Amino acid sequence: MNLSRRQLMILLPAAAIAWEHVLAGTPEAAPNYTMSEHWWSMLIDIPKCIGCGNCVRACQAENDVPDGRFRTWVERYHVSDENMMYPEVISPDGGKEGFPSVAKEDAGKYFFVPKLCNHCADSPCTQVCPVGATFISPDGVVLVDQKYCMGCAYCVQACPYGCRYIHPEKKVADKCTLCYHRITKGLTTACCEACPTGARQLVDLKNPNDPIHEFLRTHAVQVLKPQMATGAKVFYNELDGSVR
Amino acid sequence: MNGVEGFMYPNEVELVWSVLIVLYPYITGLVAGAFILASLERVFRVDAVKPTYRLALLTALSFLLVAPLPLQLHLGHPERSPEMYFTPHSTSAMAMFGYVYLWYLMAVLVFEIWLDYRRDIVLRARRERGLLRLIYKVMTLGSDNISERSLHIDERVGWVVTLIGIPSAFLLHGYVGFIFGSIKANPWWSSPLMPVVFIFSAMVSGIACVMVIYMATSKLRGTTIDMGCVDTIAMYLFYTFIIDFSLEMLDLIHRIYEADESFRSLNFMVHTKLYFSHIVVQIGLGTLTPLVLLAITQVTKLSEMARKRIYALAGALTLIGIFAMRWNVVIGGQLFSKSFLGYTTYKVGMVTREGLPVAIALTLLPLLFLWVLVKLLPPWDDASAAHGATGD
Repeated sequence: MNLSRRQLMILLPAAAIAWEHVLAGTPEAAPNYTMSEHWWSMLIDIPKCIGCGNCVRACQAENDVPDGRFRTWVERYHVSDENMMYPEVISPDGGKEGFPSVAKEDAGKYFFVPKLCNHCADSPCTQVCPVGATFISPDGVVLVDQKYCMGCAYCVQACPYGCRYIHPEKKVADKCTLCYHRITKGLTTACCEACPTGARQLVDLKNPNDPIHEFLRTHAVQVLKPQMATGAKVFYNELDGSVR
Repeated sequence: MNGVEGFMYPNEVELVWSVLIVLYPYITGLVAGAFILASLERVFRVDAVKPTYRLALLTALSFLLVAPLPLQLHLGHPERSPEMYFTPHSTSAMAMFGYVYLWYLMAVLVFEIWLDYRRDIVLRARRERGLLRLIYKVMTLGSDNISERSLHIDERVGWVVTLIGIPSAFLLHGYVGFIFGSIKANPWWSSPLMPVVFIFSAMVSGIACVMVIYMATSKLRGTTIDMGCVDTIAMYLFYTFIIDFSLEMLDLIHRIYEADESFRSLNFMVHTKLYFSHIVVQIGLGTLTPLVLLAITQVTKLSEMARKRIYALAGALTLIGIFAMRWNVVIGGQLFSKSFLGYTTYKVGMVTREGLPVAIALTLLPLLFLWVLVKLLPPWDDASAAHGATGD
């Protein structure tokens, strides 16, 4: 192909713009990040959660989560004295816009429970994936390779916590990545950053200086559905026994 | 929210496994059951069921050819399904599907059918003209020796293949049961009994299916139904059904008596959203009714016509009942929240890839395959005898 100098002058900037476009979706490299030095999880301090929904909105904006699906959501529990086993739970639109106010005469206790993928160490979702498209990264985050996932939804069935969904446009499994694109660059997750009360804290269990170690020693901390033996790593402070 | 009672985790509201995933265990069950019926004659020398031997094998093959289609249509990215063969994930129960399927298709069914029909195929390759001749020629796979010694070897090898085929049929469908039974997150599925229940319900549905197809084809062809044969099939159907029903009741009684944390939720579901499909269709219409009908034929002396009608009715009801069982497992297992605090609703789509028309088409497709197979490889004694006579 013969190109004149004039054509080249036009083509080069066009190619530069096109290349920028090609690179648009590529995550930035994190050259100083070593996976084996981290073991990520999250602490949810239930008494601190005010149910504002900031975390849900921040997650949806950061991760382009489709409407009606949730990588994180907030539930409001109402546990009455008479029926502690079967609480009344609501999560209107995942708690994205907060919650309706409570009538004063309502007896019992109310509290909020933020939910997200528990990034289980023995996760049943990664166990069942027929092609290994979902996996646990060496730094303890359960991820989905969306270029490999067939969209069979077996992982959605296997998650005891309802944390996965099939992305309606991409037709693949989708879930919380613990904002992997952020935490590998030294940032915290979008939900933790947006939480006004510090009810959500990203923790690194391999970091000896992380305050989580002191917190775990001094507080009554539990994980969701411990009977499932999934090695769930999202820790809940003051988790009520009625929470599922 | 749409059709939700109580509380569902927000990602649970929409079901991810549709009616197509109901069809998958239903169809593979028919395959396994039909094969087990065929093996009765071949391995266990139950000569009475001989008229249905070849028909049962062709029925199994027709359904097996369709079995992966509902899965394929359900996948978000069907083009990636070959990855299951190339990079299977060793810890996944589902990853072995491709291998189990291929093993069963090629090593068991196709091989056994080929061995059994080899003589007919060779004779037809000699007799037919044009395209048909070419088709039969290809089907001989170059093996046109039909000497007595050669046929004797076919017979012996076929016997071994059937012998391997029985555990393979159990593997095929027990494996499908395991896919559901091994999900600890779902108490409706999670049970070591699931593969066993699946195997027996597969036998029930496969036997009923072949019995109904045999009676229907005899009617269509205007030939007499071999009553000794259908009486024997009905007897096997009855006893297998009793085992299947006992196992299902054992599971039910165990759940009721144990009444663990999921019981309240599951119990509510069975009495509301699943009442029609579980209590009315599966247990009432699809299990107890055919069991009573078959029991009547076992303990009383009825006329041939009455028995035929009862068998046809019991067979059809059985097929409906087993379909309802698959429905209740697959759809029922997704209707309640894993928080045990609420329920959602499933509406079958119409103009979607996983809609009702597709499901109906996939259910009828095996019958079309069977029609083609029966044309190519007539399973009837009279047909093979006639051809044999002209060929010899």
